[in-house]
Amino acid sequence: MMAETSVHRPGAQPPDNRVSERAAESTFREVDDTERAIPAIEFREVTMVFDDRKVLDNLSFKVMKGETKIILGGSGCGKSTTIKLVLGLLKPDSGKILVDGEDITNYSEVEMMRVRKKIGMIFQEGALFDSLSVYENVAFKLHEQGVPEDQVENEVRRMLRFVNLEPAIDKMPAELSGGMRRRVGIARALVGDPKIVMFDEPTAGLDPPTARTICELAMKLRDLEDVSSIFVTHEMNNLDYLTSEYAVVNEAGEVVFETEGEKLCLINCKVLMMRDGQVIFSGTDETLRKADDTYIQKFLRGH
Amino acid sequence: MNIFKRLLLELQEMSLLSARAALGIFKKPRYIPEAIAQMDSIGVGSLTIIILTGFFTGGVLTLQTYQTLASYGATDQLGYLVSISLVRELGPVLTALMVTGRVVSAISAELGSMVVSEQIDAMRALGTDPNRKLVAPRLIALIVTLPLLTLVADVMGIAGGWAVSTFLYDLPSTMFINSVRDGITTDDIIGGIIKPLVFAFLMGTIACHKGLKTEGGTVGVGRSTTTAVVTASIIVIIADFFLAKALQVILGTQP
Ligand SMILES: Nc1ncnc2c1ncn2[C@@H]1O[C@H](COP(=O)(O)OP(=O)(O)OP(=O)(O)O)[C@@H](O)[C@H]1O
Ligand SMILES: [Mg+2]
Repeated sequence: MMAETSVHRPGAQPPDNRVSERAAESTFREVDDTERAIPAIEFREVTMVFDDRKVLDNLSFKVMKGETKIILGGSGCGKSTTIKLVLGLLKPDSGKILVDGEDITNYSEVEMMRVRKKIGMIFQEGALFDSLSVYENVAFKLHEQGVPEDQVENEVRRMLRFVNLEPAIDKMPAELSGGMRRRVGIARALVGDPKIVMFDEPTAGLDPPTARTICELAMKLRDLEDVSSIFVTHEMNNLDYLTSEYAVVNEAGEVVFETEGEKLCLINCKVLMMRDGQVIFSGTDETLRKADDTYIQKFLRGH
Repeated sequence: MNIFKRLLLELQEMSLLSARAALGIFKKPRYIPEAIAQMDSIGVGSLTIIILTGFFTGGVLTLQTYQTLASYGATDQLGYLVSISLVRELGPVLTALMVTGRVVSAISAELGSMVVSEQIDAMRALGTDPNRKLVAPRLIALIVTLPLLTLVADVMGIAGGWAVSTFLYDLPSTMFINSVRDGITTDDIIGGIIKPLVFAFLMGTIACHKGLKTEGGTVGVGRSTTTAVVTASIIVIIADFFLAKALQVILGTQP
Protein backbone atom coordinates (compact mmCIF):
# COMPACT_ATOMS: atom_id res chain seq x y z
CA MET A 1 0.00 0.00 0.00
CA MET A 2 2.93 2.32 0.71
CA ALA A 3 4.52 2.66 -2.71
CA GLU A 4 1.76 4.39 -4.58
CA THR A 5 2.95 4.58 -8.11
CA SER A 6 -0.02 6.08 -9.82
CA VAL A 7 1.30 8.30 -12.52
CA HIS A 8 -0.84 11.27 -11.99
CA ARG A 9 -2.82 13.00 -9.40
CA PRO A 10 -6.35 11.75 -9.31
CA GLY A 11 -8.49 13.51 -11.81
CA ALA A 12 -5.77 13.95 -14.43
CA GLN A 13 -5.34 11.53 -17.28
CA PRO A 14 -2.26 9.28 -17.26
CA PRO A 15 0.89 9.84 -19.30
CA ASP A 16 -0.03 11.69 -22.48
CA ASN A 17 -1.07 14.98 -21.04
CA ARG A 18 -0.07 18.28 -22.58
CA VAL A 19 0.23 20.21 -19.37
CA SER A 20 2.52 17.60 -17.96
CA GLU A 21 4.81 17.63 -20.97
CA ARG A 22 5.23 21.33 -20.87
CA ALA A 23 5.61 21.24 -17.14
CA ALA A 24 8.37 18.70 -17.44
CA GLU A 25 10.00 20.95 -19.97
CA SER A 26 9.87 23.92 -17.61
CA THR A 27 11.74 21.87 -15.05
CA PHE A 28 15.01 22.65 -16.79
CA ARG A 29 14.40 25.41 -19.32
CA GLU A 30 12.60 28.71 -19.26
CA VAL A 31 9.51 28.18 -21.34
CA ASP A 32 8.80 31.15 -23.55
CA ASP A 33 5.25 32.14 -22.91
CA THR A 34 3.98 35.56 -21.91
CA GLU A 35 1.35 33.95 -19.68
CA ARG A 36 4.12 32.32 -17.70
CA ALA A 37 5.92 35.62 -17.25
CA ILE A 38 3.29 36.67 -14.71
CA PRO A 39 4.26 35.38 -11.27
CA ALA A 40 1.78 33.09 -9.55
CA ILE A 41 2.41 34.93 -6.31
CA GLU A 42 4.08 38.26 -5.81
CA PHE A 43 4.74 40.22 -2.63
CA ARG A 44 5.66 43.87 -2.99
CA GLU A 45 7.10 45.49 0.11
CA VAL A 46 4.61 43.86 2.42
CA THR A 47 4.65 44.96 6.03
CA MET A 48 2.62 43.31 8.73
CA VAL A 49 2.39 44.53 12.29
CA PHE A 50 1.08 42.50 15.25
CA ASP A 51 0.74 44.47 18.48
CA ASP A 52 3.32 47.12 17.54
CA ARG A 53 5.78 44.45 16.41
CA LYS A 54 6.78 44.23 12.76
CA VAL A 55 6.32 40.57 11.90
CA LEU A 56 6.95 41.16 8.21
CA ASP A 57 9.17 44.05 7.22
CA ASN A 58 9.11 45.16 3.60
CA LEU A 59 8.91 41.62 2.32
CA SER A 60 9.19 41.28 -1.45
CA PHE A 61 9.43 38.10 -3.48
CA LYS A 62 7.95 36.32 -6.49
CA VAL A 63 6.89 32.75 -7.10
CA MET A 64 6.80 32.06 -10.81
CA LYS A 65 4.32 29.73 -12.52
CA GLY A 66 5.25 26.10 -11.97
CA GLU A 67 7.88 27.03 -9.42
CA THR A 68 8.30 25.77 -5.87
CA LYS A 69 9.57 28.34 -3.43
CA ILE A 70 11.07 26.80 -0.34
CA ILE A 71 10.86 29.20 2.58
CA LEU A 72 13.38 28.65 5.33
CA GLY A 73 13.68 30.59 8.54
CA GLY A 74 13.75 30.33 12.28
CA SER A 75 10.68 29.81 14.38
CA GLY A 76 8.54 32.93 14.57
CA CYS A 77 10.16 34.73 11.64
CA GLY A 78 6.81 35.12 9.89
CA LYS A 79 6.54 32.15 7.53
CA SER A 80 3.00 31.11 8.44
CA THR A 81 1.97 34.75 8.39
CA THR A 82 3.32 35.06 4.84
CA ILE A 83 1.28 32.07 3.70
CA LYS A 84 -1.89 33.33 5.36
CA LEU A 85 -1.47 36.65 3.57
CA VAL A 86 -1.51 34.90 0.20
CA LEU A 87 -4.93 33.46 1.02
CA GLY A 88 -6.19 36.75 2.39
CA LEU A 89 -6.76 35.19 5.81
CA LEU A 90 -4.81 38.17 7.11
CA LYS A 91 -4.52 41.61 5.56
CA PRO A 92 -1.15 43.40 5.32
CA ASP A 93 -0.65 46.80 6.93
CA SER A 94 1.09 48.06 3.82
CA GLY A 95 2.41 46.77 0.51
CA LYS A 96 0.80 44.78 -2.25
CA ILE A 97 0.08 41.10 -2.75
CA LEU A 98 -0.62 39.73 -6.23
CA VAL A 99 -1.94 36.32 -7.16
CA ASP A 100 -1.68 35.49 -10.87
CA GLY A 101 -1.09 39.17 -11.51
CA GLU A 102 -4.28 40.13 -9.71
CA ASP A 103 -3.88 42.61 -6.85
CA ILE A 104 -5.72 40.99 -3.96
CA THR A 105 -4.56 43.38 -1.26
CA ASN A 106 -7.84 45.20 -0.91
CA TYR A 107 -10.16 42.40 -1.91
CA SER A 108 -13.22 41.88 0.22
CA GLU A 109 -13.97 38.48 1.73
CA VAL A 110 -16.42 37.79 -1.10
CA GLU A 111 -13.86 38.57 -3.82
CA MET A 112 -11.23 36.55 -1.95
CA MET A 113 -13.47 33.48 -2.11
CA ARG A 114 -13.00 33.41 -5.88
CA VAL A 115 -9.20 33.68 -5.58
CA ARG A 116 -9.07 30.99 -2.87
CA LYS A 117 -10.67 28.51 -5.26
CA LYS A 118 -7.37 28.16 -7.10
CA ILE A 119 -5.22 27.88 -3.97
CA GLY A 120 -4.81 24.81 -1.79
CA MET A 121 -3.57 25.36 1.72
CA ILE A 122 -1.99 22.83 4.05
CA PHE A 123 -2.07 24.16 7.59
CA GLN A 124 0.81 23.70 9.99
CA GLU A 125 -1.39 21.93 12.53
CA GLY A 126 -3.66 20.24 10.00
CA ALA A 127 -6.69 22.33 10.99
CA LEU A 128 -9.10 19.47 10.33
CA PHE A 129 -12.76 20.05 11.18
CA ASP A 130 -13.01 17.85 14.22
CA SER A 131 -16.78 17.52 14.11
CA LEU A 132 -16.49 15.92 10.66
CA SER A 133 -15.10 12.52 9.68
CA VAL A 134 -12.06 12.12 7.48
CA TYR A 135 -14.35 11.53 4.53
CA GLU A 136 -16.36 14.69 5.20
CA ASN A 137 -13.22 16.70 5.78
CA VAL A 138 -11.75 15.78 2.41
CA ALA A 139 -15.15 16.13 0.75
CA PHE A 140 -15.81 19.53 2.34
CA LYS A 141 -15.16 21.61 -0.76
CA LEU A 142 -17.13 19.27 -3.03
CA HIS A 143 -20.06 19.14 -0.64
CA GLU A 144 -20.09 22.93 -0.53
CA GLN A 145 -20.21 23.01 -4.31
CA GLY A 146 -23.11 20.56 -4.33
CA VAL A 147 -21.29 17.85 -6.29
CA PRO A 148 -23.31 14.57 -6.50
CA GLU A 149 -22.41 12.12 -3.76
CA ASP A 150 -21.08 9.27 -5.95
CA GLN A 151 -18.65 11.66 -7.63
CA VAL A 152 -17.63 13.01 -4.23
CA GLU A 153 -16.91 9.53 -2.96
CA ASN A 154 -14.75 8.69 -5.98
CA GLU A 155 -12.73 11.85 -5.65
CA VAL A 156 -12.30 11.47 -1.88
CA ARG A 157 -11.14 7.89 -2.21
CA ARG A 158 -8.63 8.80 -4.89
CA MET A 159 -7.30 11.68 -2.82
CA LEU A 160 -6.93 9.51 0.26
CA ARG A 161 -5.22 6.79 -1.76
CA PHE A 162 -2.87 9.51 -2.93
CA VAL A 163 -1.75 10.14 0.65
CA ASN A 164 -2.00 6.42 1.62
CA LEU A 165 -4.87 6.90 4.00
CA GLU A 166 -7.81 5.18 2.35
CA PRO A 167 -8.36 2.79 5.29
CA ALA A 168 -8.90 5.75 7.63
CA ILE A 169 -11.78 7.12 5.59
CA ASP A 170 -14.45 6.66 8.28
CA LYS A 171 -12.36 7.75 11.24
CA MET A 172 -12.84 10.97 13.14
CA PRO A 173 -9.88 13.38 13.33
CA ALA A 174 -9.52 12.74 17.08
CA GLU A 175 -8.69 9.10 16.30
CA LEU A 176 -5.80 9.98 13.99
CA SER A 177 -2.12 10.41 14.72
CA GLY A 178 -0.45 13.74 14.01
CA GLY A 179 1.05 12.53 10.76
CA MET A 180 -2.27 11.10 9.59
CA ARG A 181 -4.01 14.39 10.36
CA ARG A 182 -1.41 16.23 8.32
CA ARG A 183 -1.94 13.89 5.39
CA VAL A 184 -5.72 14.27 5.57
CA GLY A 185 -5.08 18.01 5.51
CA ILE A 186 -3.04 17.53 2.34
CA ALA A 187 -5.76 15.44 0.70
CA ARG A 188 -8.35 18.07 1.60
CA ALA A 189 -6.23 20.88 0.19
CA LEU A 190 -5.61 19.11 -3.11
CA VAL A 191 -9.25 18.41 -3.93
CA GLY A 192 -10.22 20.33 -7.05
CA ASP A 193 -6.64 20.45 -8.41
CA PRO A 194 -5.56 23.91 -7.21
CA LYS A 195 -2.88 25.52 -9.39
CA ILE A 196 -1.22 27.10 -6.35
CA VAL A 197 -0.46 25.12 -3.20
CA MET A 198 0.83 26.34 0.17
CA PHE A 199 2.63 23.83 2.36
CA ASP A 200 3.17 25.03 5.91
CA GLU A 201 5.77 22.70 7.42
CA PRO A 202 4.04 19.62 6.02
CA THR A 203 6.72 17.21 7.25
CA ALA A 204 7.36 18.51 10.76
CA GLY A 205 7.17 15.68 13.27
CA LEU A 206 6.72 12.93 10.68
CA ASP A 207 8.82 9.80 10.28
CA PRO A 208 11.37 9.98 7.44
CA PRO A 209 9.51 7.72 4.94
CA THR A 210 6.26 9.64 5.35
CA ALA A 211 8.14 12.91 5.11
CA ARG A 212 9.76 11.65 1.94
CA THR A 213 6.31 10.71 0.53
CA ILE A 214 5.11 14.23 1.12
CA CYS A 215 8.16 15.71 -0.59
CA GLU A 216 7.60 13.36 -3.53
CA LEU A 217 4.05 14.60 -3.67
CA ALA A 218 5.24 18.18 -3.82
CA MET A 219 7.69 17.24 -6.58
CA LYS A 220 5.00 15.46 -8.58
CA LEU A 221 2.78 18.51 -8.34
CA ARG A 222 5.64 20.76 -9.39
CA ASP A 223 7.09 18.72 -12.23
CA LEU A 224 4.07 16.92 -13.61
CA GLU A 225 1.16 19.17 -12.80
CA ASP A 226 2.76 22.57 -13.22
CA VAL A 227 1.59 23.67 -9.79
CA SER A 228 3.17 26.73 -8.22
CA SER A 229 3.84 26.34 -4.55
CA ILE A 230 5.32 27.73 -1.38
CA PHE A 231 6.92 25.05 0.78
CA VAL A 232 7.77 26.13 4.29
CA THR A 233 10.12 23.78 6.07
CA HIS A 234 12.74 23.46 8.79
CA GLU A 235 13.98 20.08 7.64
CA MET A 236 17.20 20.11 5.67
CA ASN A 237 16.49 16.81 3.96
CA ASN A 238 13.27 18.30 2.54
CA LEU A 239 15.44 20.99 1.03
CA ASP A 240 17.78 18.38 -0.42
CA TYR A 241 14.97 16.33 -1.95
CA LEU A 242 13.14 19.24 -3.46
CA THR A 243 16.17 21.01 -4.88
CA SER A 244 18.03 18.04 -6.28
CA GLU A 245 15.39 15.63 -7.51
CA TYR A 246 12.66 15.82 -10.07
CA ALA A 247 9.73 13.68 -11.06
CA VAL A 248 9.42 12.22 -14.54
CA VAL A 249 7.25 9.62 -16.15
CA ASN A 250 9.25 6.68 -17.48
CA GLU A 251 8.43 4.46 -20.47
CA ALA A 252 6.35 2.15 -18.32
CA GLY A 253 4.19 5.11 -17.39
CA GLU A 254 5.35 5.22 -13.79
CA VAL A 255 6.49 8.24 -11.91
CA VAL A 256 10.14 8.04 -10.99
CA PHE A 257 12.39 10.49 -9.23
CA GLU A 258 15.72 11.31 -10.77
CA THR A 259 18.57 13.28 -9.34
CA GLU A 260 19.74 16.35 -11.20
CA GLY A 261 23.10 15.75 -12.84
CA GLU A 262 26.06 17.80 -13.91
CA LYS A 263 24.32 19.09 -16.98
CA LEU A 264 20.74 19.35 -15.87
CA CYS A 265 19.98 21.84 -13.18
CA LEU A 266 16.53 22.31 -11.70
CA ILE A 267 15.30 25.80 -12.27
CA ASN A 268 11.78 25.45 -10.93
CA CYS A 269 12.77 25.25 -7.30
CA LYS A 270 14.09 28.30 -5.50
CA VAL A 271 14.90 29.03 -1.91
CA LEU A 272 13.96 32.03 0.17
CA MET A 273 15.38 32.53 3.60
CA MET A 274 13.73 34.81 6.10
CA ARG A 275 14.90 36.31 9.34
CA ASP A 276 12.77 38.58 11.51
CA GLY A 277 10.32 39.24 8.72
CA GLN A 278 12.95 40.18 6.17
CA VAL A 279 14.39 38.31 3.21
CA ILE A 280 18.05 37.51 3.90
CA PHE A 281 18.52 35.20 0.95
CA SER A 282 16.76 34.46 -2.29
CA GLY A 283 18.07 32.20 -5.04
CA THR A 284 18.97 28.63 -5.85
CA ASP A 285 20.10 26.06 -3.33
CA GLU A 286 23.60 26.04 -4.84
CA THR A 287 24.13 29.72 -4.06
CA LEU A 288 22.49 29.25 -0.67
CA ARG A 289 25.02 26.59 0.25
CA LYS A 290 27.87 28.79 -0.91
CA ALA A 291 26.62 31.89 0.91
CA ASP A 292 29.09 33.06 3.53
CA ASP A 293 26.53 34.65 5.82
CA THR A 294 27.13 33.06 9.23
CA TYR A 295 23.42 32.88 10.08
CA ILE A 296 22.70 30.96 6.87
CA GLN A 297 25.59 28.56 7.43
CA LYS A 298 24.49 27.99 11.00
CA PHE A 299 20.96 27.35 9.80
CA LEU A 300 22.10 24.84 7.19
CA ARG A 301 24.54 22.98 9.40
CA GLY A 302 22.79 23.44 12.70
CA HIS A 303 25.84 24.79 14.55
CA MET B 1 -9.19 53.03 23.56
CA ASN B 2 -11.75 54.11 26.09
CA ILE B 3 -14.69 51.99 27.15
CA PHE B 4 -17.25 53.97 25.23
CA LYS B 5 -15.37 53.60 21.97
CA ARG B 6 -14.86 49.89 22.57
CA LEU B 7 -18.55 49.45 23.24
CA LEU B 8 -19.47 51.20 20.00
CA LEU B 9 -16.95 49.10 18.10
CA GLU B 10 -18.36 45.88 19.55
CA LEU B 11 -21.88 46.98 18.67
CA GLN B 12 -20.82 47.75 15.15
CA GLU B 13 -19.10 44.39 14.76
CA MET B 14 -22.12 42.54 16.10
CA SER B 15 -24.49 44.36 13.78
CA LEU B 16 -22.23 43.55 10.84
CA LEU B 17 -22.04 39.91 11.87
CA SER B 18 -25.79 39.50 12.12
CA ALA B 19 -26.34 41.46 8.91
CA ARG B 20 -23.91 39.22 7.03
CA ALA B 21 -25.51 36.11 8.46
CA ALA B 22 -28.97 37.42 7.57
CA LEU B 23 -27.94 38.26 4.00
CA GLY B 24 -26.42 34.82 3.66
CA ILE B 25 -29.82 33.21 4.14
CA PHE B 26 -30.92 34.39 0.71
CA LYS B 27 -27.87 33.15 -1.16
CA LYS B 28 -26.98 29.67 -2.27
CA PRO B 29 -25.85 27.26 -0.95
CA ARG B 30 -28.41 27.44 1.83
CA TYR B 31 -27.41 25.68 4.97
CA ILE B 32 -30.78 24.16 5.83
CA PRO B 33 -29.49 20.81 7.17
CA GLU B 34 -27.10 22.72 9.45
CA ALA B 35 -29.96 24.85 10.76
CA ILE B 36 -32.10 21.78 11.41
CA ALA B 37 -29.24 20.06 13.23
CA GLN B 38 -28.83 23.15 15.39
CA MET B 39 -32.56 23.31 16.11
CA ASP B 40 -32.34 19.75 17.27
CA SER B 41 -29.39 20.37 19.57
CA ILE B 42 -30.69 23.71 20.87
CA GLY B 43 -34.41 23.01 20.99
CA VAL B 44 -34.80 19.33 21.70
CA GLY B 45 -31.63 19.30 23.76
CA SER B 46 -32.89 22.08 26.05
CA LEU B 47 -36.35 20.60 26.51
CA THR B 48 -35.61 18.76 29.76
CA ILE B 49 -34.13 21.73 31.58
CA ILE B 50 -36.92 23.99 30.35
CA ILE B 51 -39.64 21.56 31.48
CA LEU B 52 -38.06 21.30 34.93
CA THR B 53 -37.47 25.05 35.21
CA GLY B 54 -41.02 25.87 34.11
CA PHE B 55 -42.73 23.34 36.34
CA PHE B 56 -40.92 24.25 39.53
CA THR B 57 -41.05 27.99 38.92
CA GLY B 58 -44.82 27.80 38.51
CA GLY B 59 -44.96 25.66 41.64
CA VAL B 60 -42.91 27.96 43.83
CA LEU B 61 -44.77 30.99 42.53
CA THR B 62 -48.03 29.43 43.65
CA LEU B 63 -46.50 28.46 46.94
CA GLN B 64 -45.50 32.04 47.68
CA THR B 65 -48.56 33.78 46.26
CA TYR B 66 -51.12 31.58 47.99
CA GLN B 67 -50.41 32.95 51.46
CA THR B 68 -50.90 36.56 50.38
CA LEU B 69 -54.05 35.85 48.40
CA ALA B 70 -55.52 33.74 51.15
CA SER B 71 -55.17 36.59 53.63
CA TYR B 72 -57.32 38.73 51.30
CA GLY B 73 -59.66 35.82 50.64
CA ALA B 74 -58.84 36.02 46.95
CA THR B 75 -57.56 32.51 46.27
CA ASP B 76 -59.82 32.31 43.21
CA GLN B 77 -57.38 34.74 41.57
CA LEU B 78 -54.40 32.41 42.13
CA GLY B 79 -54.28 31.00 38.60
CA TYR B 80 -54.56 34.46 37.10
CA LEU B 81 -51.72 35.90 39.13
CA VAL B 82 -49.40 32.97 38.61
CA SER B 83 -50.02 32.66 34.88
CA ILE B 84 -49.70 36.37 34.23
CA SER B 85 -46.26 36.55 35.87
CA LEU B 86 -45.22 33.43 34.02
CA VAL B 87 -46.37 34.39 30.57
CA ARG B 88 -45.29 38.01 30.75
CA GLU B 89 -42.01 37.78 32.61
CA LEU B 90 -40.73 34.60 34.14
CA GLY B 91 -41.33 32.35 31.16
CA PRO B 92 -39.42 34.40 28.60
CA VAL B 93 -36.64 35.57 30.92
CA LEU B 94 -35.97 32.29 32.70
CA THR B 95 -36.05 30.35 29.45
CA ALA B 96 -33.63 32.81 27.90
CA LEU B 97 -31.31 32.59 30.89
CA MET B 98 -31.38 28.80 30.99
CA VAL B 99 -30.74 28.59 27.28
CA THR B 100 -27.95 31.14 27.66
CA GLY B 101 -26.29 28.89 30.20
CA ARG B 102 -26.58 25.88 27.99
CA VAL B 103 -26.44 27.12 24.42
CA VAL B 104 -24.62 30.46 24.37
CA SER B 105 -21.74 28.86 26.23
CA ALA B 106 -21.72 25.89 23.86
CA ILE B 107 -21.80 28.05 20.74
CA SER B 108 -19.03 30.41 21.81
CA ALA B 109 -16.88 27.54 23.06
CA GLU B 110 -17.33 25.62 19.82
CA LEU B 111 -16.63 28.59 17.57
CA GLY B 112 -13.80 29.70 19.84
CA SER B 113 -12.01 26.38 19.66
CA MET B 114 -12.52 26.38 15.90
CA VAL B 115 -10.76 29.74 15.80
CA VAL B 116 -7.78 28.70 17.89
CA SER B 117 -7.32 25.41 16.04
CA GLU B 118 -7.40 27.34 12.74
CA GLN B 119 -10.54 25.54 11.58
CA ILE B 120 -12.20 28.86 10.80
CA ASP B 121 -9.19 29.86 8.69
CA ALA B 122 -9.29 26.46 7.00
CA MET B 123 -12.96 26.93 6.20
CA ARG B 124 -12.28 30.32 4.66
CA ALA B 125 -9.33 28.87 2.76
CA LEU B 126 -11.66 26.22 1.33
CA GLY B 127 -13.92 28.97 0.04
CA THR B 128 -16.73 28.81 2.59
CA ASP B 129 -17.95 31.82 4.53
CA PRO B 130 -18.14 30.90 8.24
CA ASN B 131 -20.79 33.58 8.76
CA ARG B 132 -23.12 31.67 6.52
CA LYS B 133 -22.10 28.14 7.33
CA LEU B 134 -21.80 28.55 11.10
CA VAL B 135 -23.38 31.79 12.32
CA ALA B 136 -26.59 31.90 10.28
CA PRO B 137 -27.81 28.35 11.12
CA ARG B 138 -27.21 28.96 14.83
CA LEU B 139 -29.01 32.30 14.79
CA ILE B 140 -31.98 30.88 12.91
CA ALA B 141 -32.18 27.83 15.15
CA LEU B 142 -32.21 30.03 18.25
CA ILE B 143 -34.82 32.39 16.82
CA VAL B 144 -37.09 29.48 15.91
CA THR B 145 -36.66 27.41 19.06
CA LEU B 146 -36.55 29.99 21.85
CA PRO B 147 -40.22 31.11 21.45
CA LEU B 148 -41.25 27.45 21.38
CA LEU B 149 -39.22 26.67 24.47
CA THR B 150 -40.76 29.70 26.17
CA LEU B 151 -44.18 28.36 25.35
CA VAL B 152 -43.24 25.03 26.88
CA ALA B 153 -41.96 26.79 29.99
CA ASP B 154 -45.22 28.77 30.28
CA VAL B 155 -47.39 25.68 29.96
CA MET B 156 -45.25 23.69 32.37
CA GLY B 157 -45.27 26.59 34.81
CA ILE B 158 -49.05 26.74 34.80
CA ALA B 159 -49.12 22.98 35.24
CA GLY B 160 -46.77 23.32 38.20
CA GLY B 161 -48.98 26.02 39.71
CA TRP B 162 -52.06 23.90 39.19
CA ALA B 163 -50.39 20.90 40.79
CA VAL B 164 -49.42 22.88 43.89
CA SER B 165 -52.84 24.55 44.24
CA THR B 166 -54.70 21.28 43.80
CA PHE B 167 -52.57 18.82 45.70
CA LEU B 168 -50.93 21.03 48.33
CA TYR B 169 -53.66 23.56 49.06
CA ASP B 170 -56.62 21.39 48.09
CA LEU B 171 -58.23 24.07 45.95
CA PRO B 172 -60.76 22.79 43.41
CA SER B 173 -58.83 22.00 40.24
CA THR B 174 -61.24 23.91 37.96
CA MET B 175 -60.84 27.09 39.99
CA PHE B 176 -57.17 27.45 39.07
CA ILE B 177 -57.78 26.60 35.42
CA ASN B 178 -60.69 28.97 35.09
CA SER B 179 -58.84 31.91 36.58
CA VAL B 180 -55.94 31.22 34.19
CA ARG B 181 -58.31 31.14 31.22
CA ASP B 182 -60.12 34.31 32.23
CA GLY B 183 -56.98 36.19 33.17
CA ILE B 184 -54.65 35.79 30.21
CA THR B 185 -55.22 38.04 27.19
CA THR B 186 -53.97 37.76 23.63
CA ASP B 187 -51.71 40.74 24.29
CA ASP B 188 -49.93 38.78 26.99
CA ILE B 189 -49.36 35.92 24.60
CA ILE B 190 -48.11 38.21 21.81
CA GLY B 191 -45.71 39.84 24.24
CA GLY B 192 -44.61 36.43 25.40
CA ILE B 193 -43.66 35.52 21.83
CA ILE B 194 -42.02 38.80 20.82
CA LYS B 195 -39.67 38.84 23.79
CA PRO B 196 -38.00 35.47 23.09
CA LEU B 197 -37.62 36.42 19.42
CA VAL B 198 -35.58 39.46 20.42
CA PHE B 199 -33.70 37.59 23.13
CA ALA B 200 -32.78 34.81 20.72
CA PHE B 201 -31.38 37.28 18.23
CA LEU B 202 -29.32 39.06 20.89
CA MET B 203 -28.06 35.85 22.49
CA GLY B 204 -27.11 34.27 19.19
CA THR B 205 -25.27 37.35 17.99
CA ILE B 206 -23.34 37.71 21.23
CA ALA B 207 -22.44 34.01 21.33
CA CYS B 208 -21.18 33.89 17.74
CA HIS B 209 -19.38 37.21 17.95
CA LYS B 210 -17.52 36.35 21.17
CA GLY B 211 -16.69 32.90 19.84
CA LEU B 212 -15.30 34.13 16.54
CA LYS B 213 -13.31 36.87 18.30
CA THR B 214 -11.46 34.36 20.46
CA GLU B 215 -7.75 35.00 20.85
CA GLY B 216 -4.98 33.34 22.75
CA GLY B 217 -5.41 29.57 22.64
CA THR B 218 -7.48 27.42 24.95
CA VAL B 219 -7.32 30.00 27.73
CA GLY B 220 -8.94 32.40 25.29
CA VAL B 221 -11.77 29.93 24.64
CA GLY B 222 -12.60 29.85 28.33
CA ARG B 223 -12.45 33.61 28.53
CA SER B 224 -14.71 34.22 25.54
CA THR B 225 -17.22 31.63 26.76
CA THR B 226 -17.47 33.34 30.14
CA THR B 227 -17.80 36.77 28.56
CA ALA B 228 -20.45 35.51 26.18
CA VAL B 229 -22.59 34.00 28.95
CA VAL B 230 -22.25 37.01 31.25
CA THR B 231 -22.92 39.53 28.49
CA ALA B 232 -25.87 37.62 27.09
CA SER B 233 -27.46 37.18 30.54
CA ILE B 234 -27.17 40.85 31.39
CA ILE B 235 -28.35 41.96 27.97
CA VAL B 236 -31.39 39.68 28.24
CA ILE B 237 -32.39 41.23 31.56
CA ILE B 238 -31.81 44.80 30.39
CA ALA B 239 -33.59 44.16 27.10
CA ASP B 240 -36.48 42.64 29.00
CA PHE B 241 -37.10 45.91 30.84
CA PHE B 242 -37.15 47.99 27.68
CA LEU B 243 -39.21 45.42 25.80
CA ALA B 244 -41.76 45.34 28.59
CA LYS B 245 -42.02 49.12 28.45
CA ALA B 246 -42.21 49.15 24.65
CA LEU B 247 -44.87 46.45 24.62
CA GLN B 248 -46.94 48.39 27.13
CA VAL B 249 -46.86 51.38 24.84
CA ILE B 250 -47.44 49.44 21.62
CA LEU B 251 -50.21 47.21 22.91
CA GLY B 252 -51.79 50.09 24.81
CA THR B 253 -51.86 48.28 28.14
CA GLN B 254 -50.36 51.30 29.81
CA PRO B 255 -52.58 52.81 32.47
N1 LIG C 1 -2.50 36.49 15.81
C1 LIG C 1 -1.31 36.95 16.23
N2 LIG C 1 -1.24 37.93 17.14
C2 LIG C 1 -0.05 38.41 17.55
N3 LIG C 1 1.11 37.98 17.12
C3 LIG C 1 1.12 36.99 16.21
C4 LIG C 1 -0.09 36.43 15.72
N4 LIG C 1 0.22 35.46 14.82
C5 LIG C 1 1.56 35.44 14.76
N5 LIG C 1 2.11 36.34 15.60
C6 LIG C 1 3.54 36.60 15.77
O1 LIG C 1 4.08 36.74 14.50
C7 LIG C 1 5.36 36.12 14.44
C8 LIG C 1 5.41 35.25 13.21
O2 LIG C 1 4.52 34.17 13.37
P1 LIG C 1 4.45 33.00 12.32
O3 LIG C 1 3.38 32.09 12.78
O4 LIG C 1 4.33 33.59 10.97
O5 LIG C 1 5.86 32.32 12.51
P2 LIG C 1 6.49 31.12 11.71
O6 LIG C 1 7.62 31.65 10.94
O7 LIG C 1 5.46 30.38 10.97
O8 LIG C 1 7.07 30.22 12.90
P3 LIG C 1 7.10 28.63 13.03
O9 LIG C 1 8.24 28.15 12.24
O10 LIG C 1 7.30 28.40 14.48
O11 LIG C 1 5.78 28.12 12.54
C9 LIG C 1 5.54 35.37 15.73
O12 LIG C 1 6.54 36.02 16.47
C10 LIG C 1 4.24 35.46 16.44
O13 LIG C 1 4.47 35.74 17.78
MG1 LIG D 1 4.51 28.61 11.17
